[in-house]
Amino acid sequence: MVDAGTRDEIIAINDALAVLAGLAVVAVGAIAAANTRDGAFLMHALILTLAGAFAAGVVVHDAFVADPEGRARARSRANYNNAVVKAGVIATVFWGIAGFLIGDILAWQLAFPALNLDLPWTNFGRLRPVHTSAVIFAFGGNALIATSFYVVQRTCRARLAGHWSPWFVFWGYQLFIVLAATGYLLGVTQSKEYAEPEWYVDLWLTIVWVTYLLVFLGTIWKRTEPHIYVANWFYLAFIVTVAMLHIVNNLAVPVSWFGSKSYGIYSGVQDAMTQWWYGHNAVGFFLTAGFLAMMYYFIPKRVERPIYSYRLSIVHFWSLIFLYIWAGPHHLHYTALPDWAQTLGMTFSIMLWMPSWGGMINGLMTLSGAWDKLRTDPVVRLLVVSVGFYGMSTFEGPVMSIKAVNSLSHYTDWTIGHVHSGALGWVGMVSFGAIYCMTPWLWGRRGLYSMRLVEWHFWLSTIGILLYITSMWVAGLMQGLMWRAYNDLGFLQYSFVETVVAMHWPYVIRATGGSLYLLGGVLMAYNVWRTARGDLTADIALQPRVAAAPELRGGVYQPGLAAAE
Amino acid sequence: MLLLLGILVVVAIGGLVEIAPLFVVAGTIEKVEGMRPYAPLELAGRDIYIREGCYGCHSQMIRAIRDEVERYGHYSLAAESMFDHPFQWGSKRTGPDLARVGGKFSDEWHVAHMTNPRSVVPESIMPGYPFLAQTAVDASGIADKMRALRMVGVPYTDDMIANAAADVSRQINPDAKGAAEFLKRYPKAQQRPFSGNTTDASELDAMIAYLQVLGTLVDFAKYDESGPNLR
Repeated sequence: MVDAGTRDEIIAINDALAVLAGLAVVAVGAIAAANTRDGAFLMHALILTLAGAFAAGVVVHDAFVADPEGRARARSRANYNNAVVKAGVIATVFWGIAGFLIGDILAWQLAFPALNLDLPWTNFGRLRPVHTSAVIFAFGGNALIATSFYVVQRTCRARLAGHWSPWFVFWGYQLFIVLAATGYLLGVTQSKEYAEPEWYVDLWLTIVWVTYLLVFLGTIWKRTEPHIYVANWFYLAFIVTVAMLHIVNNLAVPVSWFGSKSYGIYSGVQDAMTQWWYGHNAVGFFLTAGFLAMMYYFIPKRVERPIYSYRLSIVHFWSLIFLYIWAGPHHLHYTALPDWAQTLGMTFSIMLWMPSWGGMINGLMTLSGAWDKLRTDPVVRLLVVSVGFYGMSTFEGPVMSIKAVNSLSHYTDWTIGHVHSGALGWVGMVSFGAIYCMTPWLWGRRGLYSMRLVEWHFWLSTIGILLYITSMWVAGLMQGLMWRAYNDLGFLQYSFVETVVAMHWPYVIRATGGSLYLLGGVLMAYNVWRTARGDLTADIALQPRVAAAPELRGGVYQPGLAAAE
Repeated sequence: MLLLLGILVVVAIGGLVEIAPLFVVAGTIEKVEGMRPYAPLELAGRDIYIREGCYGCHSQMIRAIRDEVERYGHYSLAAESMFDHPFQWGSKRTGPDLARVGGKFSDEWHVAHMTNPRSVVPESIMPGYPFLAQTAVDASGIADKMRALRMVGVPYTDDMIANAAADVSRQINPDAKGAAEFLKRYPKAQQRPFSGNTTDASELDAMIAYLQVLGTLVDFAKYDESGPNLR
């Protein structure tokens, strides 16, 4: 162990490096701002400059002005870093509502096109990537960063590696979201779905993501538990694979070093394959592996039962990450992609059904002996129904990847329905469950402010999802069948616009479902806010006494309490 | 660390097997006649198409399925998007496929449709783009874009890049000086005032120039379906 004097020196060097990094960001931003003639790029350069200056200021303030006791406590290795996790929970709730709101606006625009307002920054085309990035990367990404930082500390019994690095990961990621979203509104986009940010935003995300990987690995490295818990394998696979996908898919040549526009290095068929290799594994690793990690921690904790099968978790982990990577070509059936690649993609997509259900079975069967909690604890219900949706959409996916089915379903709203049963049902609900678990544990409260609000949230989102996916099934099948319908004389029966007209009522129903889901999110925000504030829980007697929260249980390792007060 | 390496190896295999051969296996991209890089105004239109997120609702990939071929035309070839960085195949048809929309509608129809889609298709749910007609194309910036595209493999010549800004005006004005050389550089390019004006091309001109060239370049009379191709 190092003595106190050496430790002070290490801290001083750390702070100095952090200030230098902040100033380097200021320099890059200022040079970019001074040389550009591109309005959006200028705005982003100025945002970057301000962010760097602010970060350097925070570090200097902490080193010379802040109260030394709090500073010592924050750096003590005896407790967990809860502050950054709390920030992550708040960001998740915030971006969730933003993403649901924009999604619902888009849904209403499809039903009533006048809502586009025909302005550049309010039209469907520019708003759509704001919605997809807000829910996938802002809501989902913050949920993953927050829970991974929470889980890795507890399952490794080690404080998060680094002092400034976790904060850099958190704020750097928020900056990425802001740059990406404001860029889309101004028309800055690569047009690759779910990889729309331009080259300089991609570079920034790469820096943030590598730091994230290092913080996560560093925490595992200094663990005091002999074993690496299964949730951490999934988090690690998610972080590493997303890094690989992000870098390979986004390779591009900027038109100018001081402008936003770039052209990707791939074209045509190779670009299509690379993009859907990326796109499908954004689903596989961002929206599946990471959230399975969440399931593997929060379900056992909340129901106080061990994982059903450890062996199953090993088998389905390795088979899932191996098979998922191959599934991309099912987005390109009957296109100009060579046949061999399409068939390979279909075959692996069907095989993927098994490891996916391995995860579902492991999650559901963990409730063995605790099924009554489905009735008594709405948080458990959120978690379990999310696993149910996971199972359903990972069955629907392989079915849709079969070429004959895909010839009908592709290009239709069936795909949109499928995506949302996964996104709203699985990703959304498992995150809600995790947030409801973590909030009282992190803020050191005896329970949530209101269990009845959780109950409301559960039913609003479940009904919202059902309206969404059933209307999109109807819409998608109808579209697909109308496009291929022939009349008695052997001519195509419907013009394209007739199929658009037929979509109107399904679109209205879908948008209504989305509104319900959004309302549920607002209730959650209110509940989290009141819980964090420490308002007395109205129905504490009804709440399960979850001993799973180590912070709230006497007599065991409880380093979090100090930081949670 | 072993876990990290194991994950990296396991997740790398599928991508390597599926992506790498597409760059080397002969027949992945068909041999066709007629494909050329986009003319400067068409390229500007394509960048607007990307900027406005049109790919979110319109595909540019006609699948080899009977009803699609009858509705939209010959199924799309890999060769037809070989200069597209990035590809615009799309994944959703909230609106119709656009891979062969070139020549299907008049310029006047496009002007009316882009300004207010419901003026020509009352049931349409497409947003209007009235602002395109009011914005000038940045002709001076196109040469830099062509240089970047040349770095990623699009065969733009020095001659094409040197004439980029002038070729923008030449495409909307058939009487302009050098209009004939423009046509030699970009065979089959459509040369006319797309939205009425013959000077100061607007973003609407660029968009229509792009839409009108889509799917028109490959000469299918000379295309040999029997291959070599991997379809």
